[in-house]
Amino acid sequence: MAEQIHLTKSDRLHVWWRSTFLQGSWNYERMQNGGWAYTLVPALKKLYKTKEDRSAALKRHLEFFNTHPYLASPVIGVTLALEEERANGAPIDDVTIQGVKVGMMGPLAGVGDPVFWYTVRPILGALAATMAISGNILGPIIFFVVWNLIRMLFLWYTQEFGYRAGSRIADDMSGSLLGDVTKGASILGMFILGALVERWVSVKWTPVVSNIKQQAGTYIDWNKLPSGAKGIQKALEQQQAGLSLTHYKQTTLQSNLDSLIPGLTGLLITFLCMWLLKKKVSPIVIILGLFVVGILCRVANIM
Amino acid sequence: MSLNFIQIILVLIVAFFAGMEGILDEFEFHQPVIACTLIGLVTGTLGPCLVLGGQLQLIAMGWANIGAAVAPDAALASVASAIILVLGGKGQEGVSAAIGLAIPLAVAGLLLTTLVRTITTGVVHIMDKAAEEGSFAKIDLWQYIAICLQGLRIAIPAGLILAVGAGPVKAMLDAMPAWLTGGLTVGGGMVVAVGYAMVINMMATREVWPFFAIGFVLGTVSEITLIGLGAIGLSLAMIYLALSKVGGGSSSNGSGNGGSGDPVGDIIDNY
Repeated sequence: MAEQIHLTKSDRLHVWWRSTFLQGSWNYERMQNGGWAYTLVPALKKLYKTKEDRSAALKRHLEFFNTHPYLASPVIGVTLALEEERANGAPIDDVTIQGVKVGMMGPLAGVGDPVFWYTVRPILGALAATMAISGNILGPIIFFVVWNLIRMLFLWYTQEFGYRAGSRIADDMSGSLLGDVTKGASILGMFILGALVERWVSVKWTPVVSNIKQQAGTYIDWNKLPSGAKGIQKALEQQQAGLSLTHYKQTTLQSNLDSLIPGLTGLLITFLCMWLLKKKVSPIVIILGLFVVGILCRVANIM
Repeated sequence: MSLNFIQIILVLIVAFFAGMEGILDEFEFHQPVIACTLIGLVTGTLGPCLVLGGQLQLIAMGWANIGAAVAPDAALASVASAIILVLGGKGQEGVSAAIGLAIPLAVAGLLLTTLVRTITTGVVHIMDKAAEEGSFAKIDLWQYIAICLQGLRIAIPAGLILAVGAGPVKAMLDAMPAWLTGGLTVGGGMVVAVGYAMVINMMATREVWPFFAIGFVLGTVSEITLIGLGAIGLSLAMIYLALSKVGGGSSSNGSGNGGSGDPVGDIIDNY
C-alpha cells in the first residue's frame, strides 16, 4: 500500500444519512442486511477500487444483521474503522468484521428498545397526544421536531464514537455506562407509565349507588329565580357559593371508587392485559376483546 | 365531503411516507399524531384529525417493531381512519367511530407488512447478484425499490378507500347504531391499557416497580403536567443510580445500597 486511504468527514456524513434507510429492505431471511450494505456504499466505494474487492466487500456486508435501527450507528462506526484498516492493509478478515457486527448487535438492541421505543417515544407521544386532543397543533410539531433532533444527533455522535473507538467499542459499551442508561430509562419509563395508566386508561362506571333528596337551601331552587338574564346571574352566584344544581345528591359507583383509589379500574385492566400477554394471548385479540367488552357494558348500561 | 384532485394526490403522498416510515422507524411519519394531522392538514380538516391522531397515539403507545416481530400497523390505522373521518364529514363526532375502525385496519396492516417483508426477501437475493457484479448502483436501486414497496403498502389501500368515495363511507358510518359507537368509545378508553401492558411487561423488574407506584399516585394530581412528571421521573432515576453506587462497591448490586444492607440503620449507627 503506497498511500493510506482515509474516510473523510463528508464520507461519514453520507453514511450517516444513508443509515436513516437501514430498515428499508427489511426481510425475513437476513433482516437488515440490504440496508446495511446500502448504508456502507459511500465508504466501500472510496476504499475499494477493483471489481473483485468491491464484490467481496458487498458480499460480506450482505450477511445477516439486525439490531435496533438507531443503535446500529455505533456498529456502523466501528465497521467503518475496521474496513478502513483493512483497505490499508491490516490483517482483518471477514470473520472478524462479521464477529464484531454480531457481537454488538444483540446487547445494543437490548438498550435501544427500552430507551427509544419504550421510554422516549411513549413520553413524547403522550405529551403530543395530550396537546393534540385539546386541539393544539403544537403537539405533533413538538413530537416531530424533538424526536428527530434526538435521533439525528444520536445517530451521528454514536457513529462517530464507534468510528473513533474502533474495535475497542464492544468492550467499552459492555461496561457500566450501558447498564446505567438501561436502568435509568426503565426507572423513568415505569414512573411515567404509572402516571399514564392513571390518567389515560379511562373507565367510567355509570351505575348510580344512591340518590338522596337534599335539604332545602343546599340546592338551587330554579322555580324561585328571577326571570331572564338576572336569573342566570343569580343561579351562577348560587352555584359558586357551593349550592348543588339538582334536588338530589347522586352518588355513582365511579365517585365511590374515586374516593378510594382514582384510576383503580384502569390499573386492574392494565394488570389483566399484562397477565394475558404473558399467557401469550395476542395483543390484537386483547384489543378486540376489550372493544367487545366495551360494547357489552354500554348495552348493559353499566359504563 | 369529497376531495379535489390535488387533495387526493397529497393524501396519497402522506400515505406513501407513512408506509415508508412504518418500516424505517426514523422520522416517525407513521405515528398517528403525525400521520392523522398531516392528512387533516392537506384535506382542510385539521381540527378533527388532530384529535383523532392524539387519541390513536395513546392507543398505539406500545406498538413497536421489536426484533423480527411486527407491531400492529400504526401507519395503516392512522392513515385509513383519518381518510374515513374526513370523507365521513362528521367532524369531531366521527372520531370515536374512526378509532373503532382503526383497530381492525391495524390488524389488516399487519398482514400487508408481513407480505411486503416476504417479497423483500426476493429483493435481497437480487442484491446478492448485484454484489457478485460489484455494482453499487444496483444495490442502491433495489434498496429504493424495497422502500417504495413499503410506501405502496399504505398508499394503495388509501387510494382504494378514496376510490370508494365519500358516499359509501358515510353510509357505513351512519349505519352504525348508537350502542356501537358508544361501546367503541368505552372500549377505546380501555384498549390504551394493552399498549401500556406491553411496555410494562418489557421493562418491569422487582427493582423498578416502586417507581410505577409513585408515578401512579402522582398521576392523580392533575396539576402536574406530563413535563413536570418527566422531570420528577428523571430526577428519581438519577438519584437512584447515584445512590446505588454510593457505598455499594462492586460486590453488592442487587439491593442497591451496600454496607450492612440497612441504610437507615447505618445512619443511626453513625450518630
